Amino acid sequence: MTGNEMSPEARGGMERHAYDVVVIGAGGAGLRAAIAAHEAGARTAVVCKSLLGKAHTVMAEGGAAAALGNRWPEDTWQVHFRDTMRGGKMLNNWRMAQLHAQEAPERVLELEDWGALFDRTEDGLISQRDFGGHRYARLAHVGDRTGLELIRTLQQRTVQLGVDVFMECTVTEVLKQDGRVAGAFGYWRETGRFVTFEAPSVILATGGIGKSYKVTSNSWEYTGDGHALALRAGADLINMEFVQFHPTGMVWPPSVKGLLVTESVRGDGGILTNSEGKRFMFDYIPEFFRAETADTVEEADAWYDDKKNNRRPPELLPRDEVARAINSEIKAGRGSPHGGIFLDIASRRDADYIRKRLPSMYHQFKELADVDITAEPMEIGPTCHYVMGGVEVDPDTQQSAVPGLYAAGEVSGGMHGSNRLGGNSLSDLLVFGKRAGESAAAYATTGERPAVAEADVKAAQADALAPFDVAAGPGGGGENPYTIQHDLQQAMNDLVGIIRTAPELEESLGELARLKERADRMVVEGHRQYNPGWHLALDLRNMLLVSECIAKAALARQESRGGHTRDDFPGPDPEWGAKNLVLSLDESGHGVDIAEKPLPVMPDDLQQLFQDT
Amino acid sequence: MATTDHGVSSPTRARIDARTLRQDRWWLSPLTTFVVFSAFVVYATVRAFMGRDYYASPYLSPFYSPCLGDCVEGASDFGQPFAWWPLSAALIILIFPLGFRMTCYYYRKAYYRAFWLSPPACGVAEPHGSYSGETRFPLILQNLHRWFWYAAVLVGLVLTFDTVLAFRPMPAEYAVGDGETSGIHMGLGTLLMIVNIVFIWLYTLSCHSCRHIVGGRLRHFSKHPVRYRLWTWVSRLNESHGKWAWYSLFSVAIVDLYIFLLATHTIQDVRFF
Amino acid sequence: MAYDLKMRVWRGDAEGGELTDYTVEVSEGEVVLDALHRLQATQTGDLAIRWNCKAGKCGSCSAEINGRPRLLCMTRLSDFEPSETITVTPMRTFPVIRDLVTDVSFNYEKARELPYAELGPRDADGKRRMMQVDVERGQEFRKCIECYLCQDVCHVVRDHEDNKQHFAGPRFFIRYAELDMHPLDTHDRRKLAQDAAGLGMCNITKCCTEVCPEGIHITDNGIIPMKERVVDRKYDPLVWLGNKIGLRSKDDEGRTEV
Repeated sequence: MTGNEMSPEARGGMERHAYDVVVIGAGGAGLRAAIAAHEAGARTAVVCKSLLGKAHTVMAEGGAAAALGNRWPEDTWQVHFRDTMRGGKMLNNWRMAQLHAQEAPERVLELEDWGALFDRTEDGLISQRDFGGHRYARLAHVGDRTGLELIRTLQQRTVQLGVDVFMECTVTEVLKQDGRVAGAFGYWRETGRFVTFEAPSVILATGGIGKSYKVTSNSWEYTGDGHALALRAGADLINMEFVQFHPTGMVWPPSVKGLLVTESVRGDGGILTNSEGKRFMFDYIPEFFRAETADTVEEADAWYDDKKNNRRPPELLPRDEVARAINSEIKAGRGSPHGGIFLDIASRRDADYIRKRLPSMYHQFKELADVDITAEPMEIGPTCHYVMGGVEVDPDTQQSAVPGLYAAGEVSGGMHGSNRLGGNSLSDLLVFGKRAGESAAAYATTGERPAVAEADVKAAQADALAPFDVAAGPGGGGENPYTIQHDLQQAMNDLVGIIRTAPELEESLGELARLKERADRMVVEGHRQYNPGWHLALDLRNMLLVSECIAKAALARQESRGGHTRDDFPGPDPEWGAKNLVLSLDESGHGVDIAEKPLPVMPDDLQQLFQDT
Repeated sequence: MATTDHGVSSPTRARIDARTLRQDRWWLSPLTTFVVFSAFVVYATVRAFMGRDYYASPYLSPFYSPCLGDCVEGASDFGQPFAWWPLSAALIILIFPLGFRMTCYYYRKAYYRAFWLSPPACGVAEPHGSYSGETRFPLILQNLHRWFWYAAVLVGLVLTFDTVLAFRPMPAEYAVGDGETSGIHMGLGTLLMIVNIVFIWLYTLSCHSCRHIVGGRLRHFSKHPVRYRLWTWVSRLNESHGKWAWYSLFSVAIVDLYIFLLATHTIQDVRFF
Repeated sequence: MAYDLKMRVWRGDAEGGELTDYTVEVSEGEVVLDALHRLQATQTGDLAIRWNCKAGKCGSCSAEINGRPRLLCMTRLSDFEPSETITVTPMRTFPVIRDLVTDVSFNYEKARELPYAELGPRDADGKRRMMQVDVERGQEFRKCIECYLCQDVCHVVRDHEDNKQHFAGPRFFIRYAELDMHPLDTHDRRKLAQDAAGLGMCNITKCCTEVCPEGIHITDNGIIPMKERVVDRKYDPLVWLGNKIGLRSKDDEGRTEV
């Protein structure tokens, strides 16, 4: 299936397909899930908004964290587990963090079986690199294009196995029958025609929500589709207040503002300096990480060569810490000419080393900003990068509260707690993609298949066509979806950004309510064939719903932790550290309700790991 | 250009009448190649068929080396096994350098573009109705490039020998000033031949087939460190293969022209010592 | 430093279309995709463009700018004079869907025909050992972002629709090369490359290399070495003789032809 063919099975103008497992999203998690489901014997389809192989996973640069122990034999899953939990400020679902740390090495080795070519150590093993928050060099990588390697490997495996892929096809609704998943409804982007999938299992692997923000490293696809589909299907979201701002995004030129600059720049020796030339991260070492962070330049620099006897440079603190520090420096007026700060590797490593270790960064700055990173520092600033929150799932099976609905990867919540460590995303995709695929296949092939109700398909169809039907609103003239998207991104950036306060969050909720109203009056021009205006109008509904989740949860959590910083509650609060915020669709179906839920309790043997140090 | 129903004008493609929308001077490069190569071919053909004025002791024209036919005295350093050959001695051996260059990956690109317009430049529609690449006779013979490379190495060795011989004393008839006939000599001809042989070797060793044979064919560089080292050297040369192809083309023609002018007593050799 | 940029954009679908003139405000540091996005947001909401990462990493926004295959997101406006009219058309090798979007399923069909990696068993400790120098050649090809600009510019299919059936194209020749240079792979795909993929159709005119946004040396490092490997198998007298008398390169041991 190339996505450009029209199915012969069209019945009454509606294309229909029957599968055991339908995976929504063809990034790392989606493809890994599809491979697992297929190998478990399920008839599997992948449905994705873009072409196969273009998903946001290609943007991942640094590597996949896995305690392979190739560089440091001392590295074990226990150490990785501990790093992950501490990075997430202990708000992670401990069981997910444990499974992740235990299974990541085998998931990475598996990629190699399928043809991936990772960079090697001198002994010929997979090389591992340093990253923020990881105690040992742990990230399996290929230069700074690990995500591309991962997606290409999974893509080639998927094609090899013969899994059906529906490309450039957007799912707008998960269909249910008697409280269980019955299928999914969507449209072909190319023709605008509708398609219904009948399947007892649906796996959400749609990634994140970054496109709700103005400055983001995420692509247009990141409109929170999976989050919104899950809510509308009756599942819950957790931890939505935690949004990771990557400390280093490009700030200039304007057209690439937000574009990611990999953490590997710092892992390979890059330092952060302000306009006064000061290496400022030493001023921002939090108490929580003081024992393991170097407090002098000498020690920090010595660490790159002698990791045993020195502590890590403060540039490699977890992302939330570094992003906040950069934010403070810029606010204090010590920023760079284009409103960022400086990331300097040119003065610290020779040009050949930089080009070899960071080829895409070299290329990216050269091509897009006319900056030679081997000769001058980069200007960087925080950019919206990842949402820790997502669908609440069973840690072992990845099933949501709705039977038959699964979530894996960024769209699922819990694994990363309040802040994700760099490198843990690629391994998360692999570990939980596989688990989701296997459990979805097992569920789908037992018991009877729920039927898709014709009325639900009709309703989904009407919903999808609404933007064409809306007449000019009472205010005179319909709303342009591009304008609404622009206003939403501005509001989220200004009011629900890195540093938050109660008045601003309240203001954001008011703004979101107004945007929703305007969205009801959206009109799109043209017809259904490959119409980006229409596509955006449909995605916007998801973005608005998910943005409301973020703002509501951010207002409710009265503390600062990980990817959630409240100016009015600057420190962490142990009471809040013991609970998650859970969001679900309200009765009207247009808004969300919020509730508190205690965190699952970690068993004693794992607790022990945090007392040893 | 009238719309046809193949290539960029096929029914499913975006309807655009222009064969190309390129606005730069894309035709300049193929045109230059066409003119220079044509000039060389004409010159080389004339010189190869002339059968004379190829030897001005101690210089032997590269077009005639090794001179295996009924050559002038002093030109045949490897005997005259083809003394019975009625035509120009150049025709006996030119097939090897000619074949080497005709099947060369760089020259193929250059002449397919400039002479056969297949394609004339990137993104410019070619004028042919059908195309089968190098899958059929005669173009399938391009696969014999490696055979010609083996021969080209031998030719290179012979030309190196000629260059050494170019240091021999020069008879008075070609020389400037007093015709000293003993000891080592070096003239402008010697220098030109040195430059030529350097370019010939750079061209021959930077060949893609050479790159493959010395190490490229291996799957495990790590188990063959010497061949890997050789491969990296050849790879570096190979990046400029096209440049060496041009330089050596000019140098070979210039050496021949210089010797022709000496042999016809049009000029006299500039002697350094 | 904002100015008004004149653009000609191909609008239409399989039925027909034409170059349409637009004027759009652009500013310093922008790329062609920015200009098109502003067109989309302000003048023509239904202009179809395929794009994704806007960072030159995903290879979605392939099109032709002033007749040259380029990524829209990596073509800076500063490469042109402010007074110059920039012409943007869809890729002209693939069937057009709408405006700048083409049907690239040709490439996905070819990908399906391609053989895959088939490695032998792992080492005793469950890991694999490959030396960096042995994976480096393959890594260059794996930089490919599948933008298909090489497939678009290749005259074998661009100018000859009928060749599409028998020709995999440069993108997949480097995949063959990658697998053939893989230190642990167990298949020999040289025959396939020559027969099924149509390697011989390539006349190495190098346009694929010229347009590659990743700077992969498609011809010199991929296609030509692959052609040479086919020569090894079929046209080299010394290799043939060596095989006859039992002198076989140990380097190829453990490979079976597919």
